[in-house]
Amino acid sequence: MLLIYCPYCEVERPETEFHNGGEAHIARPADPSKTSDEEWAEFLYMRSNVKGIAVERWRHIHGCGRFFNVVRDTVSDKILKVYKVDDPMPDLEALAKEAGR
Amino acid sequence: MSQPFRTEKGGRIDRGQQLTFTFDGEEMQGHKGDTLASALLANGVHLVGRSFKYHRPRGIVTAGSEEPNALVGVYRKGDQTPNLRATQVEVYQGLEAISQNRFPSLGFDVGAVNDLLSPLFPAGFYYKTFMWPKAFWDRVYEPVIRAAAGLGKPPKNPDHDTYGNIYAHCDVLVAGSGPAGLAAAVAAAETGAKVILCDEQAEFGGSLLSDENATIDGKPPAEWVRDTIVKLQGMDNVTLLSRTTAFGYFAHNYIALAERVTEHVSDPDPKLPRERLWQVRAKEVVIASGAIERPMVFPENDRPGILLADAGRTYLNRYGVKVGNKVLIATACDTAWQAAFDLADHGVDVVAIADLRETPPENLVAIAQARGIRVEAGCVVTGTLGRKRVKAALLGRLMTSGQVASAGQVACDAILMSGGWTPTVSLYSQSRGKVVWDETVGAYVPGKSVQHERSAGAAKGLYGLQATLEDGYAAGEAAAKAAIGKEAKVTYAAASGGEAGQGAVLGALPHDRNASRVKAFVDYQNDVTAKDIKLAAREGMQSIEHIKRYTTTGMATDQGRLSNMNALSIASGALEKPIVDVGLTTFRLPYTPTTFGLFAGVARGDHFDPVRKTPSHDWVVANGGVYEDVGQWKRTWYFPKSGEDMHAAVARECATVRESVGLFDASTLGKIEVVGPDAAEFLERMYTNPWKKLAPGRCRYGLMLNDAGFIVDDGVIGRLADDRFHVTTTTGGAPSVFATMEDYLQTEWPDLDVWITSTTEQYAVAAVQGPKAREVIAPFIEGIDLSADPFPHMSVKEGTFCGVPCRLFRISFTGELGFEINVPRRHGKMTWETLAGEIEKHNGTAYGTETMHVLRAEKGYIIVGQDTDGTVTPQDAGMSWAIGKKKHDFVGKRGLERPDLVAENRKQFVGLLTKDPKVKLEEGAQITVAQNPATGTPAEGHVTSSYYSPAMGRTIALAIVKNGHALHGKSLYVPMPDGSIEVEVTSPIFFDKEGARLNV
Ligand SMILES: [Zn+2]
Repeated sequence: MLLIYCPYCEVERPETEFHNGGEAHIARPADPSKTSDEEWAEFLYMRSNVKGIAVERWRHIHGCGRFFNVVRDTVSDKILKVYKVDDPMPDLEALAKEAGR
Repeated sequence: MSQPFRTEKGGRIDRGQQLTFTFDGEEMQGHKGDTLASALLANGVHLVGRSFKYHRPRGIVTAGSEEPNALVGVYRKGDQTPNLRATQVEVYQGLEAISQNRFPSLGFDVGAVNDLLSPLFPAGFYYKTFMWPKAFWDRVYEPVIRAAAGLGKPPKNPDHDTYGNIYAHCDVLVAGSGPAGLAAAVAAAETGAKVILCDEQAEFGGSLLSDENATIDGKPPAEWVRDTIVKLQGMDNVTLLSRTTAFGYFAHNYIALAERVTEHVSDPDPKLPRERLWQVRAKEVVIASGAIERPMVFPENDRPGILLADAGRTYLNRYGVKVGNKVLIATACDTAWQAAFDLADHGVDVVAIADLRETPPENLVAIAQARGIRVEAGCVVTGTLGRKRVKAALLGRLMTSGQVASAGQVACDAILMSGGWTPTVSLYSQSRGKVVWDETVGAYVPGKSVQHERSAGAAKGLYGLQATLEDGYAAGEAAAKAAIGKEAKVTYAAASGGEAGQGAVLGALPHDRNASRVKAFVDYQNDVTAKDIKLAAREGMQSIEHIKRYTTTGMATDQGRLSNMNALSIASGALEKPIVDVGLTTFRLPYTPTTFGLFAGVARGDHFDPVRKTPSHDWVVANGGVYEDVGQWKRTWYFPKSGEDMHAAVARECATVRESVGLFDASTLGKIEVVGPDAAEFLERMYTNPWKKLAPGRCRYGLMLNDAGFIVDDGVIGRLADDRFHVTTTTGGAPSVFATMEDYLQTEWPDLDVWITSTTEQYAVAAVQGPKAREVIAPFIEGIDLSADPFPHMSVKEGTFCGVPCRLFRISFTGELGFEINVPRRHGKMTWETLAGEIEKHNGTAYGTETMHVLRAEKGYIIVGQDTDGTVTPQDAGMSWAIGKKKHDFVGKRGLERPDLVAENRKQFVGLLTKDPKVKLEEGAQITVAQNPATGTPAEGHVTSSYYSPAMGRTIALAIVKNGHALHGKSLYVPMPDGSIEVEVTSPIFFDKEGARLNV
């Protein structure tokens, strides 16, 4: 069971308090009517599903209720970074290097 | 004579406490401190079970949790727990144990004929033989195989024991209390770190408890263990857990321990649980799980009386039990020699030491000779005699040619064998570390740490008492430093004796026997022989993962801890590739078999899942209502009057609602309060419908899609004020709708000024439906003019019900005049009971979910999740009217334009009427064009809802059917096992198509 740090509550809590929300930084197009069918399908269904450094959304469902983002190594389950929902995506290569991958 | 194989003195058993137990009904004596295995051996009992496949007589092989053969059932509180390892079952007064997998008795077992027929049972036998006919699998092959193979029988009754659960946090968890584990615990504890030390055995000390020759700090090892434990017990920062197995190593240093609390006591405190699950979050872990000895793979190496050498030594030194009177040592490793010497010193006749090596260490040979023990170097066991107990061994001389020449026969009643040692890397492997092959150790050892753990001592292939102790101290110090950043000066204990042994062998041993006729076992528990593994390789299995599944080697309860290395070596030879290229299977949790009770804990029976009750619950129970489970909710299904079956009750309830009035508990509906300046804009985006122009005091049916364009939920939404909406959702959809709204609000549209609050539990809802609904509620409502003009269909207003604040909706899910009264939950019971009394005066009825379903189906109202399945669009459902045409965007709008969603031939929502009005279709039944379609014909759609409709005086059904909207009036078929049913496609609205009954 993962231990996850909620950046809003500023506490570390077990995974059972949270709910995974899938890959992060998949923004809904600002004007969906302007997207092509391919672009819309990409937005709906295509996810990177990486073996390695993944960026995913988690929601502190049994806590503050907020969504936030987590950088997790899907091989070791090590959490490399946690950041708020409106923060930019961190430099994944630097994080990976730091974690010795 | 009682306990003929008990030594005169010595051992850690309490000779002052004699205990009586039974094995297969026979009464025997043991002592406090005995395991069932040691007590049986003290009584001269080696035969304890029959093997899985061939029903061969089997005896105790080990002295630990890896025991493959001695699996027994233990009776307790009138029921039997199967498959317990006799090496772990502690003897208590009155213990009742039984052997397994034998019929009619352990001594005479008819299943043993399988052994004679064994040429018929090669590896992959099941896959090859039982292929045809298909139907035979369920009816013949499987029942017969299951009856013949297998181990213990499951208990018959529900588990009457209780199980505890503890969450614990520590700085350093030490798993295993042998020399490395104890040293690690001491070193970590000295720094002040919070330490948990656990060991699966009853007593701490591991291998130190069986060692009578070495000394630590000048004391016998067991004495040093005692002093060390006393010291640890005196420290507040240390928790000591014996009989506690670290069985699972999960992510983020989360380790599960199983503590056996009362199973070893004859009369336990009833307040204590049988077992306790410790869920430990450790900052650092020291894995000190030691190593186990490897069996030697020679022909007939499975006879009762053949044990691992170290087990023989453990039984002797720790339990005061001789495994036999004439013992042969078969080894490739120095350590077994010490077992020979210890036995000889206790007066046991060691008939010979047969060492595979051409030149065993001279010092050992000298000691043996001093004790008068015959030494045979370059010598292997090539077979054994004796059926229920070994009585002789065949010896063979290894020739330089690689051949084996017979070296005669030696009489013995026990053989102790050692093929060397295998580090126990299970926990490391579970922590997701990758083991690496170490050529000098001749085994797989832990590689890089993935989590915050380190292995110490024999668990990483480091042997020898002094080295193991030092490694343990260092591991404890390093773990504490990593966990709390502190160091402490610990004086390392100094050991003498207990030197590391040299020598090992892997794989099947050479012999001079007819290879096709002998069995040399690799995996005892699953009856896998060396021959089976070679055959698997010959038949094309390339990786150990394939060989494992084909032969089942390593798939027994020890997960191959005993057998894997030998199996790998045999496979490596057969595949002609180096052992590292054969691969290694992964050790999974649990480390040893773990009870379901431990995992379930208190989550059993009523505590398995929360039960959600509605305000009418007590009234319904008192009035004979029948419940159905809807998720966690208890909802009333129907209210039978005396003598009524379900059909009659539902027919009466339906008719009563249409004729006069009915009362329904709608409290389970999801409710969400959406508030804020941008509330209307938010709903505009979340639902297909337009909301901005909806006037306060009015309601609208809302349809929610996902961004793919498919219907995911629906419900009526009332506008209470410009900035406040009362949203309802389906009963099952409430949590997901709320989560979806939060998701869009927080992550897509954080600019919107909106708050949403789940109010499902805050309101109780009573639905009053039927022509008399207004008259029923009128006496209790204040502050709201109920007449149709100011309060038409699809209105909402706040007022009071019996003086209690209420939100009154005029809405209908029945097609009748209807009201839904929302009151604060604490007034729900009063509201329900008041209305239940009132409807009586109007010849009304309370009704349940079944009637609700029928009434809505008569009106063609969909139930999301029943009539839709996640692939249905509003157009498919005939609900294009619910889409706000002028809206630029809403969730799902773009999805609806995808090519597949606007394509021809989509499945569409329709009504179905059977040709015969009495025939009711099965929900889920497939629909075809042809009356008797050929096998494999794809269905045109399926029946989603089907009922008897009192209003129509016949059956009705709803369905989704390809191009259904264009098929009204056409005939289709529903093929069923007893004949095809002809149906006519119709509009899904069967009753009051104009909706006249709503607007009164
Ligand atoms: Zn939080």
